[in-house]
Amino acid sequence: MPILDVQSLTKRFGGLTALDNFHLQVEANEIVGIIGPNGSGKTTFFNLLTGLYSANGGEIFFNGVQENLLTQKTHEIIRLGISRTFQNQRPFNNLSVIENVMVGGHCRTRGGILSALLYLPKERKERGRLRARAQEVMAIFGNRLLSMENEPAWTLSYANRRRLEIARALISQPKLLLLDEPTAGMNPAESIQLVENLLEVNKTGVTILIIEHDMNVIKRLCQRIVALDYGQKIVEGTFNEVRNHPKVIEAYLGRE
Amino acid sequence: MAELFGLSKWYTKILILLFCLFIPFIVQSNYAMRVIIYIGLYVVLALGLNVVMGFTGLLNIGHAAFYAIGAYTTAILMVKYGMSFWLTIPIGMVLGILFGVILGFPTLRVRDDYLAMVTLGFGQIVYIVANNWMGLTKGPRGIPGIPPPVLGFDQWRIIIDNYPAYYYLILFFVLLTIYACVRVRNSRVGLAWMAIREDEDVAAVMGINLVFYKTMAFGFSAALGALAGSFFAVFQTFVSPNSFTILESVIIITIPIFGGLGSVPGTIIGAIIMIAAPEIFRAASEYRMVILGAFMVLMMVFRPEGLLGKKLYEQTYKV
Repeated sequence: MPILDVQSLTKRFGGLTALDNFHLQVEANEIVGIIGPNGSGKTTFFNLLTGLYSANGGEIFFNGVQENLLTQKTHEIIRLGISRTFQNQRPFNNLSVIENVMVGGHCRTRGGILSALLYLPKERKERGRLRARAQEVMAIFGNRLLSMENEPAWTLSYANRRRLEIARALISQPKLLLLDEPTAGMNPAESIQLVENLLEVNKTGVTILIIEHDMNVIKRLCQRIVALDYGQKIVEGTFNEVRNHPKVIEAYLGRE
Repeated sequence: MAELFGLSKWYTKILILLFCLFIPFIVQSNYAMRVIIYIGLYVVLALGLNVVMGFTGLLNIGHAAFYAIGAYTTAILMVKYGMSFWLTIPIGMVLGILFGVILGFPTLRVRDDYLAMVTLGFGQIVYIVANNWMGLTKGPRGIPGIPPPVLGFDQWRIIIDNYPAYYYLILFFVLLTIYACVRVRNSRVGLAWMAIREDEDVAAVMGINLVFYKTMAFGFSAALGALAGSFFAVFQTFVSPNSFTILESVIIITIPIFGGLGSVPGTIIGAIIMIAAPEIFRAASEYRMVILGAFMVLMMVFRPEGLLGKKLYEQTYKV
């Protein structure tokens, strides 16, 4: 049984159909790449999955949950185990690096306003655990984030902000991680390093869906690739099958 | 900036607290005590507003409404029903929370400028109701003769009807407010509020229930506003709608912005300056407000983050 089962998902913006009758099955522990030209519906798919947009049709089933994922509220989805990063980098700029990561742990913690006001021991313990867990997650990227732990997020470099978003997503213990162009703005060496990091994450039982333009990253990372164009799936298969497929070449370069 | 003055050190805090405890022995003039008590009152009001504006990033131009709700609750319950002051405080706070939550709900639909208009409208509604509901509030004539609070019973009674006693009462409320604000800011709830301030949509994707946390911020803020109102009622011994006009809301807003939005020590220093400055420069008569206004304009141009505020991303880069 697939961990993620997307059935005829459709999203329209006025007259534009951003995603058209899209089907996708993802098995547990898979790494699936999503490619396609700009505006082909990749990010729209992620926004539908995480409840930022409401769909015009279709169903999404996740990890054996009976209800359609599309009926869930935005903030409830991360608790079910879907967490993401953003293409246009959206860390909480004025919060410190570690606070950014701790926000991601919101759905795995309980403390309310009363326990905060009374400063109950369980509140202190929970915060301590969350902080430790945040440091643990940041350690995936060596010292890059840990050394900046108490600096505001906006002071981070472009590449480190991407890493921060991944750490913020991972602390929620996702079963499915959605990465939207994680290597944009990284140099080739940093991209390769990130691929290694992501393979490590995948080994801990996290299924990954990744939108990426860098074919080198896709090649090293993904077992399966889905190519989109104008909101429709045009090809699905292994890297070699997809790379040389005439429809993919046409989507990127146009017809001869 | 807060580090510069050693405000984060524990011994500085102890020293400041000791100094505050001795103020009634140092300051002899009633006039000066009155100004100091007003500073305390505005610290509570501004810290309450800071929860919504500084932590959660929602502009509220109607904070005086919660102040009014607290003041009228205490005034009516004490004068009409002879209730004890200490009982009217929680009742006022609960009423404040109730109205805070009611005001919080539309904020889920409207953002930024539109939200400002909603809160402005709310402030006006409370003012107009206080001005016109003759049966309850006696309208523009106000409610006079609010008795002083009494602490203890029988021969161990302390009647709070002199400046040192009022001062210690407001000092207690100020400390309580500071404690509550700092504790909540450093908790899971505070982190959720600040995430909402930074980016609502991302906060929601990260699992934060926007409805719940925004209404909670308004409720918390309103409770502190009502607390200040209860004190105001017994301190003035008279409440009337004129104390809760839009001007009052505007004065409360300037304090955390001036001191540094989101910063608790900044808000306190902001209250001290904003309330004390017009009194200190009383000799300049009408010009003092012009000077204060000009000073605020310069402040916003050269130090937009406020006195003790952190330099924000938005103020560092043009976005």
